[in-house]
Order: sequence, then C-alpha cells, then structure tokens
Amino acid sequence: MNVIVSLILSGGAISILVAIPFLAVWALPYVFGIHLEWLFGIVIPYLAVIIFFVGIVYRVVKWAKCPVPFRIPSTCGQQYTLPWIKRNYAEKLDNPFTKAGVVGRMILEVLCFRSLFRNTKLNFGDGLHVRYASSKWLWLAAMGFHYCFLIVLIRHLRFFTEPMPFFVSIIEKVDGFFQFFLPVAYQSGLLLGAALTFLLLRRLLIPQVRYVSLPADYFPLFLILTIAGTGILMRYVFKADVVSIKELTMGLVTFSPKIPEGISVLFYIHLFLVSVLFAYFPFSKLVHMSGVFLSPTRNLSNNNRAVRHINPWNPKVKLHTYEEYEDDFREKMIEAGLPVEKKVAPTEQKE
Amino acid sequence: MAEIPKSWNVPSPDGLVKEVDHSPASMGLQKGWMSTTPVEIKPGMHCYAALPKRSKALGMPNPRNWSAMDEDWKLPRNWKEIVLEGMKERLGKFRSFQLFMDICVRCGACADKCHYFIGSADPKNMPVLRAELLRSVYRKNFTTAGKLLGPIAGARDLTLDVLKEWWYYLYQCSECRRCSVFCPYGIDTAEITMMGRELTNLLGLNIDWIAAPIDFCYRTGNHMGIQPHAYKEMMEFFVDEVENYTGVRVEPSFNRKGAEILFVTPSGDVFGDPGTYTAMGYLVLFHELGLDVTWSTYASEGGNFGLFTSNEVMKRLNAKMYAEAKRLGVKWILGGECGHMWRVCNQYMGTMNLDMAKGSKMEEPVSPITGTKFENAKSTKMVHICEFTADLIRNNKLKLDPSRNDHLTVTMHDSCNPARGMGFFEEPRYVIKNVCNHFYDMPENTIREQTFCCGAGSGLNAGEDMELRMRGGLPRANAVKYVHEKYGVNKLACICAIDRAVLVDLMQYFVPEVDVTGIHEMVANAMILEGEKEKTVDLRGEPLPGKEDSK
Amino acid sequence: MYDGGKIITGIIIGLALLTFPIWYNLGAAPKPPDIKLPVKEKQCVQPKAYMRTKHMQVLDLWRDSVVRVAQRSYVAFNGVKYDMSLQNTCMSADCHAKKTEFCDQCHNYTGVVPYCWDCHIEPKEKPKEKPKEKH
Repeated sequence: MNVIVSLILSGGAISILVAIPFLAVWALPYVFGIHLEWLFGIVIPYLAVIIFFVGIVYRVVKWAKCPVPFRIPSTCGQQYTLPWIKRNYAEKLDNPFTKAGVVGRMILEVLCFRSLFRNTKLNFGDGLHVRYASSKWLWLAAMGFHYCFLIVLIRHLRFFTEPMPFFVSIIEKVDGFFQFFLPVAYQSGLLLGAALTFLLLRRLLIPQVRYVSLPADYFPLFLILTIAGTGILMRYVFKADVVSIKELTMGLVTFSPKIPEGISVLFYIHLFLVSVLFAYFPFSKLVHMSGVFLSPTRNLSNNNRAVRHINPWNPKVKLHTYEEYEDDFREKMIEAGLPVEKKVAPTEQKE
Repeated sequence: MAEIPKSWNVPSPDGLVKEVDHSPASMGLQKGWMSTTPVEIKPGMHCYAALPKRSKALGMPNPRNWSAMDEDWKLPRNWKEIVLEGMKERLGKFRSFQLFMDICVRCGACADKCHYFIGSADPKNMPVLRAELLRSVYRKNFTTAGKLLGPIAGARDLTLDVLKEWWYYLYQCSECRRCSVFCPYGIDTAEITMMGRELTNLLGLNIDWIAAPIDFCYRTGNHMGIQPHAYKEMMEFFVDEVENYTGVRVEPSFNRKGAEILFVTPSGDVFGDPGTYTAMGYLVLFHELGLDVTWSTYASEGGNFGLFTSNEVMKRLNAKMYAEAKRLGVKWILGGECGHMWRVCNQYMGTMNLDMAKGSKMEEPVSPITGTKFENAKSTKMVHICEFTADLIRNNKLKLDPSRNDHLTVTMHDSCNPARGMGFFEEPRYVIKNVCNHFYDMPENTIREQTFCCGAGSGLNAGEDMELRMRGGLPRANAVKYVHEKYGVNKLACICAIDRAVLVDLMQYFVPEVDVTGIHEMVANAMILEGEKEKTVDLRGEPLPGKEDSK
Repeated sequence: MYDGGKIITGIIIGLALLTFPIWYNLGAAPKPPDIKLPVKEKQCVQPKAYMRTKHMQVLDLWRDSVVRVAQRSYVAFNGVKYDMSLQNTCMSADCHAKKTEFCDQCHNYTGVVPYCWDCHIEPKEKPKEKPKEKH
C-alpha cells in the first residue's frame, strides 16, 4: 500500500464515520423530522460493546485452541545454571527459570514494555564503523500513549459510576494537578495527543516504518485522535451538557437506557467513534492487548532441560535406527575395529 | 589485506560496504512494498536448490532438478492448494504462528535489528516485512477483512511471484531471533521463517546446503557423511597430532557400551579447521580427566539441519542421541560446542524425544570429577561442555597455565542459538577468562542477547551465497574490528561449529588479522598435562609465546 | 484448549475489569440531580440552556473581571445589570442560596470538583433555616 493511498483511505474512512452520526442526529430531524438519537445513543453502543467482548473472547479462545508444541522463550539474560554463576534480578526476569520469574517477566513486558525499552537505532555511517545507539523515543511515546489512554478511560468512569469510586477522584485530581485553564486541563489529554502525534509522525516520516505501514496502521491512529479531539472539544470548546450525558451513560450501564434532552451532536459523534473503536478492536492489530499475554517467546520459562514440555501432537516419525545403520556399515565397522551388535555380517541379505 | 578468493564472487569489502545505502531512495521505499513483487533473485544472495536424491532419502515431496534462477520451478500442479492447506494446518498446530500472524502492529522496532537488513539495505530483510510477506497471504486466505478488502487490508493472493519472493527471503533469514528480543510482543521471525520453510519443503523447495546434511545425517549419522570407519580414522589422526604436540597419547573410545557419558558434538569439528583443534581439545580434556566417556559414530552429529527444514525432520535426526545413549547404557550426554545443536537440545529435544530414553540407564547428570549435580539438566540429561568445564575450573580440577595463551587477545562471539535460545553467556566467558589472560568483550549492543549472527546460520553457510554471508556478517565483523583496533584482539572465540567454519571467511574478508577458535582449543592449550613433554607449540602446531625459536 | 485454566482465568479477570461499571452500579438505580430552583427569581444572568453548560465560564469571566480589573458590573443578555459576585449575586438569598441544594447536586452527580471554594468560604447552611425556605 502506498502511503498516500493509505492516508486517503483511512482519512476518508474517519470522515465518513464522523459524517454518519452528524448527518443522522443533526440533519435528519431538520429535514425529515426523524430522530435517531436512540440508535446512536443506545443501540450502536450496546452492539459495539457486545462485539468487543464476544470478539475478544473469540480471538483469545482461538489462540488458546492452538497448542504450544515447544517451549521457546527468547532468552535475554544469563540462564539458570551452576549455583555459583550468580544471576541478578534483571537476568532472572529476562531469562526466567521459575514461574515467578515468568510472571515477573510478563508484568515488566505488559506494564513497562520491557522489550521496547531495549530499542536501539542503527547508525550505519560509512559501513566500517557501524554503531547502535540507545533509542528510547518509541518506548516513551508508547508508554505515554498507553498510560494516558488508560487514565482517560478511568476518568471516564465518572460517567459510568454513581457514586464515583475513590480512585477516579484521585486520578482526576492528580491529572489536573496544575490547575490551569477552565475547566481544569488534564495532562493526560495533552500527553495522549502528543504521543499519538509522535506515533503518527514517526510512521509518516521514518521511511522504513512508512514502507511497512498499512491503512490498518493509520486508521486506528486517526480514529483515536478523532475521539480524543471530539472529547476535548466537548470539554473545552462546545461545552456539553454533562448532566444529561451522564443520565444517558448511566442508563446504558444500568440497562435502563434513555435519551435525555439537550445532548449535542458532538457527543453522538464522540460516542459513535468510540463504538467503532470497540467493534473494530477484536478484528484488528489492536488485539495485541490480549495477544501479548499469550506470546510463547515471553510467557514460558527457560527450564526445558529440567522440566519436560509436552507437545500434544508430538508426531510419530520414521527413524533411522542403529540396527539399520549397522546393517549399512557393518563390514567397515568390523574392519575398523568398531564394536558391532551382530558379529556375522548377513551378506546374503544385502542386495 | 588477505586475498579474497575469486570464487566468492564478491567485491572488495570497501566496495561491498559502499553499495550498502540505507537511504529511502536507494532502498526504493517510495513505492508500497506490495507493488515491488516480483523480486529479482540475485546470484550470490541465495543457495543452490536441493538435488533430487537428497529429498528422496528422507521421502520429502517433489524431488527434481530445479534452480531458483529458472523461470519454471517445476512445482506440483496444485502447489497453491498444498501451501494453503499446509498453512492452515500449521496455524492450528503452532500458537506462535497463529499469534504472530495476528498481533504485529508494525511499530518497526525490529526493522534495523536484522543483520541481513543492516548489510544489504534490502527493505524486505526487515523482520517485520519478512513476516508481512507471509502475513499478507494469511490475511487474504484466513481473515474476513483480508478476503473482503484485499490490498486495503494488507492482503494479497498467493501467486507464483509471491511464492518466489517468500522463498528468496525465507532463505535470507538465519533464524537468529535477534528481532524477537526487541519486539514488544516477542514476535519471533525465526518461528515465521521456520513455518515458511516447512511450507516451501512441502513443494520440494529446499536448498542443497540444508538437504544434503540432512540426507547424510540420516544415513551416516553426521552432516559430513563420514562413515563410521572414516570417522574413527579422523579421530586417530587427531590422536597422533595431539601426541605429536603434547607428548601425551589420548585414547578415545567409540560406540563403547557401559561408558558413563556419551559425548556428542557437531561433525564439523571432526572434519574442518579450525573446529578440528577444538575436537583435539575435547580429547585432551577427557584424557586428562580420565573421563569414562565414549564417542558414537551413529550419533556422530550434534548439529541438526532438520531445525531448518521441518519439526518432523528435526525430530528424526535428533532421536539418535537418546537412542544411542540408551543402547550404550550411558548415564548422561555431554554436548560439545555448537550453536543450533544447543537450541535443539535445550528447547526441542526433551519435548520431541525424551520418550526414547525410557528404560535407559540415564539419570540426572553428575560430574564424576567434581560431584556437581547438573540440576538444570535433570530432565534431558544433557550437559553443555562449557558448563562441565566451568565447573571443573571452579573446583580446581584442571591444572591451567593461561600464560600459554598469552599470544592471544581474545573476544567472544555469542552464537545466536545458545544466546537467545538458552542464555548461555557466563559459562564460556568464565572458561575463557581462566585459560587466557587477555579477554575483551565487544560493544554491548553486539554481544549476549543482542549478539549478531555470523551471517550464515540456519543452513546458509554455503559457498555460492558468499555475498549474502558477507553482508549478513557485516555487523559482527564490524564489532570484531572495533575490539581489534581498540584492544588488539586477534582471536575470536565461539562455541559453535558453524561459526568456526564461517567466521574464518568473514574475518578473512573484513578483519584478516583476527583468527577464529573454539573455546576448548584454548582450554587444552592452557592445560598442564600429566606426562606432557616440554610444550613448544599449541594444538595447531604453532609456537607458544616465548617458544618461537625452539621449533 | 491448551493452558485453558490460565487463559480462562485471564479472560475472566479481563472481563471483570472491563465490566467494572456494570457490576459496580448493580442494584443502585442512578439518582439524577434534584435541583431546587429559586422561588422568587425567575431569570438568571443568561438563558437556562446557556447556564447549564457554560456557567463556569461566566464565573471565570466574573472572577477575572473583579480580581484583575476591579470591574464589578455585569450586563446580562436582557440588559439587566448585576453585581459580579458569586456569593452576593448567584448565591443570594433570593437565588441559589444553598450550595447543597443547587451547586452540589450536579457537581456531585458528574463528579466535578470546582475550585471556587479554594478561595471563597463555603457559605454556612444552618439546618434550622431550611424549613423557612421550603414551601
């Protein structure tokens, strides 16, 4: 896929996705007197969430149905070996021998993006002095993006819980620590935007990454950027009626859906895009969220020599047995003084 | 600079390096990669096709004469069906394959980690793209989005051109797993390459440099096709050499029932320099310890090119180790210095073949010299010789005079497989530091788990793909050059038979001042032997430091 | 399924986390805000719809105007002049006298913590006054 085509396709898709709720909720009532708020405020969100959960479970179950025939961790530190060869904590986690080690490795991988932290950048130079510099920008942006997204999600719990749990208030307070702008600007929103922009720019500007990128790489970036954008607009610019919105969202989570008056079309656009993200999630690369837990190069301990790993489909294969081997070479072996099982060479049987 | 043989068909190192241009324009990154198929199959960048007789020996499909340079690859009429069926089967059998097809986000962290990409600047050698070659076909045939949206979803049909592209790049990957260290999801291109190579093998698209060793190993017990009597003769030659240089006559035994330990090492060590010196090192060590050990002519190969073919072939070849251990009644197996052998013995052997050891006399390995239990090998009962020797040194069981290696300034090449398939870093270093006085590691991004391939792993160590090998070896050579210039390193130690074969060429090409050695060659040279004559030369017959005049 | 136990446990934990809002609210029907509107005063400084979403910006403007330029007079959309004061105008006895019955209703419902009271002293509400105002 050419980058221009990719951008047009994914940008176009986002435009259409914005236009659908806009036209349906804003224009239809004017033109035809039809009200579709129930569709975009109730039916589609419910559908999207159902698709999300069913889809994720389907994907994980599909992976789970594939056996792991071999225990193949990528070992990134000294192995467990002779007792006097000491291993520090990093090595125990990067090359785990025990289950606890594997759990630690997975926690580091999932929560701290351990492997990405190793990233280096090639500096080829004249080719005779090739160097590799530590390069943490991708790690930083990835951490920034994922954690800010998580914080934004948790903050949104204020629309989905009543009363609000304590951790939501704490996170809000911390997130709005600098108390600037009105309503208070959240750092997570700004950082999320910055990280997404960085990830998008590096995809566009680093030739190698641009080369491997597909529309499926730009689309989620655009989608999440647009979701963040509409959210920010609602909070700071076009001021949404949060009380009505919370009535709608609480209706959704308590299964007594209703459409209150006075909710702006911007909210329906935001909600529709979120619904699209939920529904798109299980069928795209975004499933790395659950996939990372199942990666056989990370979630297995390097203890093959101490504990046997079982391959459920261990194939029966034809071996070349010692007896066959000796039959092939018996005379030569005897002549060379090598021990043999059968002393008399069965010359008649051969050929 | 040493002469570079004409038969290599490669430009001078400077010329080769100058050609490597990572600029976007030079790499042709303007076009989307899917529109760059068909790929030009270049001589020097691929290996010769497997001869029909090889495939026949193991009953592999579609034996015939063919060449990658030909237009017609003489595929079975239903080749597409075979590949897609094979893909479906493997997606169901390997979680790694299914998962790695699904979860890549194309972040590009792996892109510049591949030695072949670094040395060739061919964007399809970026691990992510190598995988996308297969993923695109996966999407087209196994995902709804791919079926409906085609190229928009990154999906494409499996055509003959696509298959050729697969083949070309699957056999430009040495399954070194360096990319998997950096991938945030642990996506391992080696897994994808292995699956891809299994698929090519369904069509009879192997290379001869892999197929021949398999064929030989299956019939004669080793890659080189050395028959039992010849194997013994080679070893007897070593015995004479050792006596000649040390004054000690070692007495190896072969296929001996009742021995305590079975020793298995790559046949490359018995056949080609400088591996042969390492083999002599083993002989010296075993003799000095009085170890109750036997060599086997039946299981005379540690290496396993089945790993580069298919899991079934790997199992068929590996089975001999346990079969022979059981037949001879040994207690445990000692494994020599080898890279991919240890990937198999560490990560695959127990799973595949431990059943064969049922009813044998094998038990948890214990060093008869030190009494150390090798608890970490209690299931497979196979110990790495560097673990064994490190334990000996630690317990002061070897009389060593490291000054005998004072003419060496050593660095250590971590072989990919023991590094990233085992985590084998400290044992060899401990041994080296105890047998020689001058040791310097290469820069940290080029050793241990980040080590670079020798450029010729996974069966690509042929003679016709020298350009590929030199390009792939460029990062390794560069790091060696660095320590050579900085510390005067003149010896590159490694624990892999393929390394010992191919690093010699690589050094000759890029850093001719540096020579290659196995670790146990240095161990034997530093050992003070019982009843040795006054030593003036090492196992290569080269004068020891301070003894240059006495020869 | 392979490693079924671990994977199903993982799925259950994941689902439990992601469906937190559903089970957190179980059994508790959401209580929408119950706002007591002023009895005497029928018109705010801006129309109701405007005030619903943008009152914080009006107050922000007032604060800046009073604190930074000492300008206290506000001309409302309908031409009526008001003194810019949270406590004397907005929360005067005739209007939104009680924070708990007006401000807090929506703020608590939507989890908003305005920082008005970082500077202003929260007006004391004597419980005994309550019956007086109730009609």
